Amino acid sequence: MRCVRLCGLLILALTGAAHSAVLPDDRADVFYSTYKGGGMDITGKSILVRKKFAESFSVQANYFIDTVSGASIDVLSNASVIKDERKQKSVSLDYIRGKTSYNVSYANSKETDYISDTMHLALSQDMFGDLTTVTLGYTRGWDKVSQRSGTAITPKGQADRRSYDAGLSQVITKNLLGSLTVEVITDEGFLNNPYRFTRYVDPTDGRGWNQQPEVYPGTRTSTAVTARARYYLKYRAAASVSYRYFTDTWGIRGNTFELGYTHPISNRWIFEGRVRLYKQGPANFYSDLFPRRDAQNFIGRDKDLAGSKNTTIGAKVTYAFLPEGWKFFKRGTVTLDLSRIQFKYDDFRNIKDYGIADGFAPGAEPLYKFNANVLQIYASMFF
Amino acid sequence: MKPRMLKLSLLAALMLSASACSSIKPWVKPYERDRLADPIMSWDRDAISGAYLDHIYESREGSRGATGTAGGGCGCN
Repeated sequence: MRCVRLCGLLILALTGAAHSAVLPDDRADVFYSTYKGGGMDITGKSILVRKKFAESFSVQANYFIDTVSGASIDVLSNASVIKDERKQKSVSLDYIRGKTSYNVSYANSKETDYISDTMHLALSQDMFGDLTTVTLGYTRGWDKVSQRSGTAITPKGQADRRSYDAGLSQVITKNLLGSLTVEVITDEGFLNNPYRFTRYVDPTDGRGWNQQPEVYPGTRTSTAVTARARYYLKYRAAASVSYRYFTDTWGIRGNTFELGYTHPISNRWIFEGRVRLYKQGPANFYSDLFPRRDAQNFIGRDKDLAGSKNTTIGAKVTYAFLPEGWKFFKRGTVTLDLSRIQFKYDDFRNIKDYGIADGFAPGAEPLYKFNANVLQIYASMFF
Repeated sequence: MKPRMLKLSLLAALMLSASACSSIKPWVKPYERDRLADPIMSWDRDAISGAYLDHIYESREGSRGATGTAGGGCGCN
């Protein structure tokens, strides 16, 4: 079972909902990635093709497949190791008329225990001498959630998703760009992860605690606001900064801060570095250890709902080849991107590796933390 | 913020913007935008990569949305 809201976000990204009224370049991409950390090993592969036609239209198709082996600590605590595959297909159509661009997209994602369909509509308008671009978007998603146990698949429920986003991109000076994005997302239905359990104090159990399935509210509405700026430095380089504030009806508050630096060398190389800091407070129905079974109406122990912080350091290098073009290709690039992410949890304890037998009473086990390494390699051909 | 409130706010902002159209002149001329057009000034040059990284975060954090990009593989078992 994967996390929710995959397709809508991907098509938002792949359609470039915030671009101004210029169609994106024709291109073909081949992508490969690995994620290792927290007991999980994920390999991703993707291809993307985008092509203009009839002067005002551009169509894009993307196929993404990722393979997961292992499982995060929430699942490992229940001794079930996952091996699964997710396949996602998306198509997108852009149309430009004057200073307005329109986009409609569809995506479908399938895995053994999760099926998701998403539609996305967006409208983008240039104004004030093309210094300002306003974007409005609407996303609608339908998810079917199941639980896998061995070869048996048990339907658990459905989730309906709606997202409203608005963006303002602004040319501030001849060296500075700014943007502001607001997105409101509302979900309704089965929002649990069926593989997660809560734990509660149980002196009759040898561990001193016992487990019961999580119970989440049937609705969730969140609001996120992101402000970004990008500045062109004197010696042809760029510096960027962004901040996002997040809040939702489950009581989670999140703050994300990111700095980036881009430095080209000749027309062949682009080097980039980034630092990202994230911190969140817990959901109001989260607890690492409840005092008893059915302690309250809603109960959760998914570590994603816990108070936590993480830090990312990333580096990326892009090499441009075929600067003079070849056949019908105008140019090509190949990119290597490495990230290291350090996750730390404020109130999520490591009950997989520590317990009473190791001298740790329930609720006194060491806090969980882990590191993840993300590798991306991809080639892009522009034509 | 509720979706309806958001829509009303956006509509009001758009109307205000439209009414001010005639009095605002572009302060950065088209011929002064060569630096902004440089690929290094792009918010997100590579869609798949940006979506993939944002999705990694979204599937491991409580926050979501307003990233401009997101998605990709998850694997939050």
